[in-house]
Amino acid sequence: MTATTTAATRPRRRVPLLGPGGMRMIRFAVLLAFVVVFLIPVYVLVVTSFKSLQEADPSTAWSLPKDWSLDGWRSAWDTLRPGLENSFKISVPGALISAVLGSLNGYVLSKWRFPGADAVFTLFLFGMFIPYQAVMIPLQGLLTDLELVGSIRGLVLAHVVYGIPICTLIFRNYYVTIPNELIEAARVDGAGMLRTYRSIVLPVSGPAFAVVLIWQFTSMWNDFLFAVFLGSQESWPVTVLLNNTAGSGAVAVQYNQQMASALLASLPTLVVYIVLGRFFMRGLMAGALKG
Amino acid sequence: MTSPDVTPPVARESIEGRGRRGRRAWRRRAPRWLPGLLLLSPSIVAIGLFVYGLIFWNTRVAVSGKHDMVSPYGFDKGKNFVDLWDVPSWPGAVRHALLFTAVFVIGALVLGFFLAFLMEKGIKAEAGFRAIYLFPMAVSFIASGVVWRWLMNPAPPERAVGLNQLFNKLGLGALGNDWWQNPRLGMAAMALPAIWQMSGYVMALYLAGFRGVPEDLREAARVDGASEWKVYRYVVLPQLRPVTLSALIILGHISLKVFDLIMAIAGKQIITYVPAVATYVEVFDRGDPANGATIATYLLVAVGLLVIPYLVWSVRAERER
Repeated sequence: MTATTTAATRPRRRVPLLGPGGMRMIRFAVLLAFVVVFLIPVYVLVVTSFKSLQEADPSTAWSLPKDWSLDGWRSAWDTLRPGLENSFKISVPGALISAVLGSLNGYVLSKWRFPGADAVFTLFLFGMFIPYQAVMIPLQGLLTDLELVGSIRGLVLAHVVYGIPICTLIFRNYYVTIPNELIEAARVDGAGMLRTYRSIVLPVSGPAFAVVLIWQFTSMWNDFLFAVFLGSQESWPVTVLLNNTAGSGAVAVQYNQQMASALLASLPTLVVYIVLGRFFMRGLMAGALKG
Repeated sequence: MTSPDVTPPVARESIEGRGRRGRRAWRRRAPRWLPGLLLLSPSIVAIGLFVYGLIFWNTRVAVSGKHDMVSPYGFDKGKNFVDLWDVPSWPGAVRHALLFTAVFVIGALVLGFFLAFLMEKGIKAEAGFRAIYLFPMAVSFIASGVVWRWLMNPAPPERAVGLNQLFNKLGLGALGNDWWQNPRLGMAAMALPAIWQMSGYVMALYLAGFRGVPEDLREAARVDGASEWKVYRYVVLPQLRPVTLSALIILGHISLKVFDLIMAIAGKQIITYVPAVATYVEVFDRGDPANGATIATYLLVAVGLLVIPYLVWSVRAERER
């Protein structure tokens, strides 16, 4: 009797319907189901890209190619090649310049702060969120005056400038974790700002550089807005060419080529992501403003 | 570098103005901050010009009454901000953006949270799951738009294609619909590709949040007799509030300015018209800078209302820590 009353008065711990093993199985199954859902678009892209022109039709989207053909990929390559080239010319230097700038800015804002640094940082961060439409019309005018409109250099400039906030944020959040005592010790030894940067901060910056390079490369590669407003036939990156051949306005419907083009245009960022995914993940976290 | 004696009087004054602790800290490093400011100045100038200068300039165009490419910049006292609502396509564009935002933000938040919740206690092949949920983020909306336009094809049941066809094959034909071409709820369907693209990101945020809750805290609650559900409700979830807030802000600002996705899937059609597409159409197709700039200003205000309080709050919270 006494045993039951104490059991009733004590907050009872509910007995789970399934053991921990069963729950784990269910969780695993649900996650697996979502994997299938997430991969549906990829499946359609891949199988259609390897079909012949006659076979590539929306009505047969779900079946595997009867005979695998590379025609789609070949014509995708021919159409997109100039765009791929331009995208590399924009994204690689753009990402490198962004990383150097971000590193120096992040260093100043975390370890060599000046009065009002927080205010400046907040003003920088707002630049990360603005809808770029709100600057696009005058930006076009400004780049025209600078004779940069329609050129690769103009696009690189725009990407680098509007990339300053996120790059500064990532580096700053990373450098905050360097103990101040290390910086202080260098100062006591008489090292100036740049000397301290070179001997203490830069050698440990590897992971942050990786994050920023991946992040900037991906966003510059995937950009469409800057490209249509500020680019020209000579400087259009792959996204614009892809949209011109496969976009909603396109008349010709070579579905195998469309799907191959979409895959081809995504390959560089996918490769970067798969090879360096760990850093990418960390970049995402930093993007969330978690100090 | 130099001895503290060369502190410029102005700087010293501002030092005196600070609290006791701050004052001591500043006196020690007072003259040292100048090179930092110098090193940052190119970026300050760039952001000042390209972000704030151009925003100002854009507002100037918005109130200029310059509705074609040739007339000079005038000043219409903000009349354009009112007149815009008489443009037939504009109220619809706002409605579309709001519906898209609601479905996308809630969808990505719920799905991302759910995935993280399933994974948070550790699961076999977690890295693999994470990579698959996250990879859509590496793909541009332009590229994914190509395939989503195919999947969300509204062809009628007898010759259904894409997802509708898949539903038929799975015996779920009732789920078939006309997707983004539905005049009332089309924008909800348009949010699906965006959810596909961003829910992995939300998952990553929440997963980091879950892992940040100390195990001791949960154990303490369990020892006190809390059921596993109560541990979540009263211990874990409150700790995730900041994550939810940053996810909301990030999804919200992406959503309000959605452009690439709409252009890739539907182009400039009226049925999926949103403010970001409207800016493009006004500038390039109608040659009306004033209208384009006015729409862009509305967009900026919408994002600003969302983001500014958050930025001020998070920088302040960090300083207090």
